[in-house]
Amino acid sequence: MSSTDRRPVHVGGEVLASRASGGLVHLSVLAPGIGERFRPGTAVAVSIGPPVSRSRLARRSFWIHEVKPVGGRGLALGLVVEPRGAGSRWLAEAPVGTPLELTGPLGRPFALPQEPVACLLVAEEYAAAPIFPLALRLRERGCAVTLLLGARDEAHLMSALEARRSARAVTVVTGDGSVGRAGRTADALPEVLASSGAEVVYAAGPTPLLHAVAAAAEDHGAWSQVALEVPSPCATGLCFGCQVPVVGEAGSPRSARACVDGPVLRGDRVRWADL
Amino acid sequence: MSGGGEAQVAGLRLRSPVLVAAGCGGTGRELAAYAPLADLGAFTTRTVTSDPRAGAPAGRVVESPSGLVHATGLPNPGLDHFLATELPGLVAQDVRVVVSVAVTSAADAAALARRLGRAPGVSAVELALAPPGGRAEDAADEDLFAALEPHEAAGMVGTVARELPRGLPVWAKVRNDPDRVVAVARACVDAGAGAVVVGDGLPAMLPDGRPGGLGGPAVRPVALACVRRVVDALPHVDVVGVGGVATPTDVRAFLAAGARAVGVGTALLHDPTTAARLAAVLREETR
Repeated sequence: MSSTDRRPVHVGGEVLASRASGGLVHLSVLAPGIGERFRPGTAVAVSIGPPVSRSRLARRSFWIHEVKPVGGRGLALGLVVEPRGAGSRWLAEAPVGTPLELTGPLGRPFALPQEPVACLLVAEEYAAAPIFPLALRLRERGCAVTLLLGARDEAHLMSALEARRSARAVTVVTGDGSVGRAGRTADALPEVLASSGAEVVYAAGPTPLLHAVAAAAEDHGAWSQVALEVPSPCATGLCFGCQVPVVGEAGSPRSARACVDGPVLRGDRVRWADL
Repeated sequence: MSGGGEAQVAGLRLRSPVLVAAGCGGTGRELAAYAPLADLGAFTTRTVTSDPRAGAPAGRVVESPSGLVHATGLPNPGLDHFLATELPGLVAQDVRVVVSVAVTSAADAAALARRLGRAPGVSAVELALAPPGGRAEDAADEDLFAALEPHEAAGMVGTVARELPRGLPVWAKVRNDPDRVVAVARACVDAGAGAVVVGDGLPAMLPDGRPGGLGGPAVRPVALACVRRVVDALPHVDVVGVGGVATPTDVRAFLAAGARAVGVGTALLHDPTTAARLAAVLREETR
């Protein structure tokens, strides 16, 4: 493969390891060719159920959390799954060795700044998955990285330890106060944004949080890049089932497919009121 | 019956009997990342209208056992933008391009056909006679023409056929309705359709009550019945079968029922390599 070929591939893989941690399940998945093409902010689509009895035809997309070599078998993908619907439950409960059909990496990744500027990364719960590899890439470029992580409780918070390795400053907010400050992630945003001096804000999580990030960034004169999570039936840009309203080239309203034109979009480009 | 390696529909030679069905191949660019489009019989575009359409509110494609219910509202950039930005990219892929269109009136159909007739690289025009929402109120596409009666379908097919230059056929896409499909297909052919595509999604409902169209393996037996009935009644008509094609066995079943070619739709949303794999298997079988 040429190092510039980032086109997605559709491959057979398998579950290599599965570990529950609080309310989240960390999976290691063999997916030949996908890890080699990975950039932070991209996702992988998984088919749900064994092929012979497959009745669920919509794909399920998961953020790629990490890419790691597995002895002699290429690169494995790390995925973080919160079991809540039929598809995510099936994947979270899939025993080691379960064959998988995967497509990826999908979507436009986070755009990295040309200069080593200060960056704030904001994420909630499992959606922090693409934020960690992003933090590493930003650090490699000399960017000062501040992290703001939120969750409803400690069981749904991605590792604060991992966060401290990849950032200069970390603020943790939980809904029940079980770790860090008590409250909502969005409420901590103005203060953390001001103290970070960030020129770029990256975010992943539920839509209201992304909207708050886009608004706060605009207030501070910073750029924002938000990773949208919209159910994408095909995840590959074919079905036009995941369109989000955006501002077009000449300021005209138009829509973008979350799966291929996103998932990462500029915060000031999303028409939040129409979403 | 067509050979596995190639096919002929409405006087067009196709490299394969496996086509991409309307609305399931994106702009073509996305699908081309997985396999060359040139090995397919044709690429049917997403359905284009004269004016740009934003599409329906969120929750446009919903899972149903062995199927997907679509209510996309046919998001598309409008014909002018499509001709300027999407068509050239498809033509450059060296694949036959069938442009799927939906219309609001006979005047709209005539104007749209005149412009398409001048566009370079179009192999056929597929006229969507039964968009998924049909005439249901509050369907995202309720302003679009939907033919419930054979004479309505015939009128619109005739309008488009008259405006297209010789050599650019109309393919009439009709609903997978076994009881009415023969009468509608006959009327379309009498009005000038070069082929009949059977068919569009079955009328269905989203969980929130919005009307949509059901596609996927769930509708395959219905589509097969429609193909067989049309072929039996109108043996000289070229029929393209669409509905739940996912495996080589499915392709063979449609061809055995008399279809000249098959359109792959929902299966592509699940596995973007499906059409390319099916075309390769059929090619291999006829070597």
